Amino acid sequence: MKLIGGYTEEMRRSIDNVNKTRNKRRDQIIADLTMEDRKIVLDQFHPDYNPKYKRNISWGPNKGDNVPNEVADVLESYPIINPNDIDLNQIDYDVGVLIIGAGGAGTNAVLWAKYSDVPKKDILLVTKLRFGDCNSVMAQGGIQAADRLEDNPYIHYLDAIGGGHFENKPELVKALVGDAPKVIKWHKELGVNYDCDDDGNFVEVPGGGTSRNRMHCAKDYTGMEIFRTLKDEAINQGIPYLEFSPAIELLTDDSGRVTGAILYNIETKRYFVVRARVVVMATGGFGRLHVGGFATTNHYGATMDGVVMAYRAGAKLRDLDSTQFHPTGAAYPEQIVGLLVTEKVRSLGGQVLGKDGIQICYPLEPRDVEAASLIKICTTTHNYIETPTGMRGIWLDSPLIEELKGKGTIQQNLSAMYRMFKRFDIDITMDPILVYPTLHYQNGGVDLDSNCYSSIKGLLIAGEVSGGVHGKNRLMGNSLLEINVFGRRAGITAAKEYRKNSIPRKLTLNHVHNTMKALDALNLKPKKYAPIILPEYRSEVVKDRLIQLYEQLS
Amino acid sequence: MSKTKSETKQSAEPEKVRIYIMGSRYDVPTGLTIMKAMEYAGFKITRGAGCRAGFCGACSTVYRKAGDFRIYAALACQTPVEDGMVLTQLPFVPAPKPKYKIDDLRPSANSILRYYPEVARCLSCNACTRVCPQEINVMNYIQDCLHGKLAKAAEESFDCVQCGLCTIRCPAEIPQYHVAMLARRLHGKYNIPTPKYLEIRVKELEDGKYEEGFQELMTIDKKKLKERYTTRDFMDQKKGGGDE
Ligand SMILES: Cc1cc2nc3c(=O)[nH]c(=O)nc-3n(C[C@H](O)[C@H](O)[C@H](O)COP(=O)(O)OP(=O)(O)OC[C@H]3O[C@@H](n4cnc5c(N)ncnc54)[C@H](O)[C@@H]3O)c2cc1C
Ligand code: FES
Repeated sequence: MKLIGGYTEEMRRSIDNVNKTRNKRRDQIIADLTMEDRKIVLDQFHPDYNPKYKRNISWGPNKGDNVPNEVADVLESYPIINPNDIDLNQIDYDVGVLIIGAGGAGTNAVLWAKYSDVPKKDILLVTKLRFGDCNSVMAQGGIQAADRLEDNPYIHYLDAIGGGHFENKPELVKALVGDAPKVIKWHKELGVNYDCDDDGNFVEVPGGGTSRNRMHCAKDYTGMEIFRTLKDEAINQGIPYLEFSPAIELLTDDSGRVTGAILYNIETKRYFVVRARVVVMATGGFGRLHVGGFATTNHYGATMDGVVMAYRAGAKLRDLDSTQFHPTGAAYPEQIVGLLVTEKVRSLGGQVLGKDGIQICYPLEPRDVEAASLIKICTTTHNYIETPTGMRGIWLDSPLIEELKGKGTIQQNLSAMYRMFKRFDIDITMDPILVYPTLHYQNGGVDLDSNCYSSIKGLLIAGEVSGGVHGKNRLMGNSLLEINVFGRRAGITAAKEYRKNSIPRKLTLNHVHNTMKALDALNLKPKKYAPIILPEYRSEVVKDRLIQLYEQLS
Repeated sequence: MSKTKSETKQSAEPEKVRIYIMGSRYDVPTGLTIMKAMEYAGFKITRGAGCRAGFCGACSTVYRKAGDFRIYAALACQTPVEDGMVLTQLPFVPAPKPKYKIDDLRPSANSILRYYPEVARCLSCNACTRVCPQEINVMNYIQDCLHGKLAKAAEESFDCVQCGLCTIRCPAEIPQYHVAMLARRLHGKYNIPTPKYLEIRVKELEDGKYEEGFQELMTIDKKKLKERYTTRDFMDQKKGGGDE
């Protein structure tokens, strides 16, 4: 197949339309949808509103909740261990605070537990892959904080709760927006490099559903810049951490209080028993479940482990009926399908166009509305662009940014995007980007209050694994904020719990036995197993020929 | 939906290339990334994959091409396979990171040299720059650090995903990616100013200026809240009609 600057000849013909219309579109603002029209497009085209993709949870505290099939599958899965095989008498780590998941929320929690005077030897951070393999490093666009004089926390509150369809928990939204400026100030003290203009003011850009420019950014590596600074600080603080050791089940005592966890070394395959006075769950999201068959922006280990472990221990969940699809995932080239094309491309002026080069919708609708609008064009009209592998997409006019904001804007502000496409010979300063919605964010999760307490004793929650902060839809820039706000609060609460609970408690897997009993009664077929830990991407060719050899251990 | 579940999508008769993963031969469809090709071949990756999108540096891979004496390096998740590639992953680089208190340091070359004296041993061989999968001019920022030009070092090193390939190649044994981290933190903390308005807002929040208003927002009924939302003004952005 002949490619010119990364695109096929067929695609080039449509790019000609984009180029031809650019001048006319330059200052053209297309109206955003009314609340009524938003509802129509969501009802018809957003996967959340399509009953085909969903079913009710069949057991446990959230029995009856309507969630995506893939989420129900995980919640209705059997444990991956036989609880009778685990020897709980030998405790491998006896700690004060156990933090599960070394993403942004978990790293905040360890730091703030330490700042709140938990001795470092009494903290343990455990994570699935490397310290830093997480969604947090991948965040590109930015982090919201209402700090400018023409902005204020009330407006941020309104934007967040309206974006979440007024279903967010008010106390959580207050915590989110009220702590935001403090988070940015703390980051500055740690040495995070936020973009500033020549007058020393932050560069603050808009995001979908925000009524002020309050997105603080570090080029399009915002998450990476924040995260690597936090990680550097955690290492400076000497906090112990274990990599490649995911938690695979919580431990509880006879009263149902969470008292620790079982870890599993994914390389050596041995397990470890951890006892803790308090556990913080910060395992992030679920993109790798490929809800609705969508590709995802998420990291390799985003498999919803924390939600299912907490659910088995009795924790209440919420808002898992809604899933965030990012409107602009890469639809081409095939190698990077599903990866994120940051919203910042639209924040900086990129428009969304059909095959004919004409704008199809207001580019900065709230995410669910924007995604539904793109799906509508690709499924009910012929105004989409088809790739050689049969994928449908919409143009995102990146070259317009250079016209609006000046030559060099893309390389300066979107260097990750520029690099990602350049690797496949596409120059986004010259040619538009082909996009299609992609699975992006777990809107709901484990219920929590503003001090990060879950509904069960001994378990705190922070980050994407949680539910309630964003209601039914998260706005860009509010989750980098969330992991800092609630990660910090979880660390502080953990320190309090640590001081309150010094008597060692019993370790049992009672809740796992109970889970199995409840599932047996449902007689589900085929049996599934979770936590998933890592998704399966080996090819069928190989999977058909795999065998398990007997292993003699003595 | 228009995307299938499996990441390694197969058509009926995919064209194949021959690659060698750690010496063993595999025929894999053309156009896959190195990471997806390994999975196609049957590897369940546990090390050597994190973000799968070019942001975490977990998937450093070195390879040679048929008939070429050079050694190449790349991120496995961002690089397509080529016929005749011989590759192996290097997902972990042992490189100690000294502990420091950022509050006690000054933004100077001395701060860097105190923790990373080996920076002064840079031979200017440029091996680090040549190996960098992000095409960062690594040697330049190391030289900038040596000369106390932290702003330049921070800017040049900014896109570093900390894969550690530079450190493996360096004959002077400099852990460049750790050095860059310190340079950026010093620059961010001491050289980039903090806007006044941030301090003002933090103070207001600490003084409880917004408490009353929050209480109101948290308790008004949904109808009123919706009305406030739909009638809020859009200050910075041009916006069309809709709910304005
Ligand atoms: C591509 C991309 C771009 C984004 N852009 C933005 C943006 O511009 N602005 C914004 O605000 N938000 C953005 N987000 C969302 C935001 O980055 C995430 O929601 C947020 O970082 C989640 O942080 P977390 O700490 O909760 O989870 P993560 O950062 O994902 O960390 C969770 C950690 O827990 C580990 N873990 C998982 N299971 C287990 C287990 N069983 N045992 C132990 N450890 C486990 C994981 O491996 C991981 O290291 C983006 C997300 C993605 C994917
Ligand atoms: S897996 Fe993260 S950079 Fe490749």
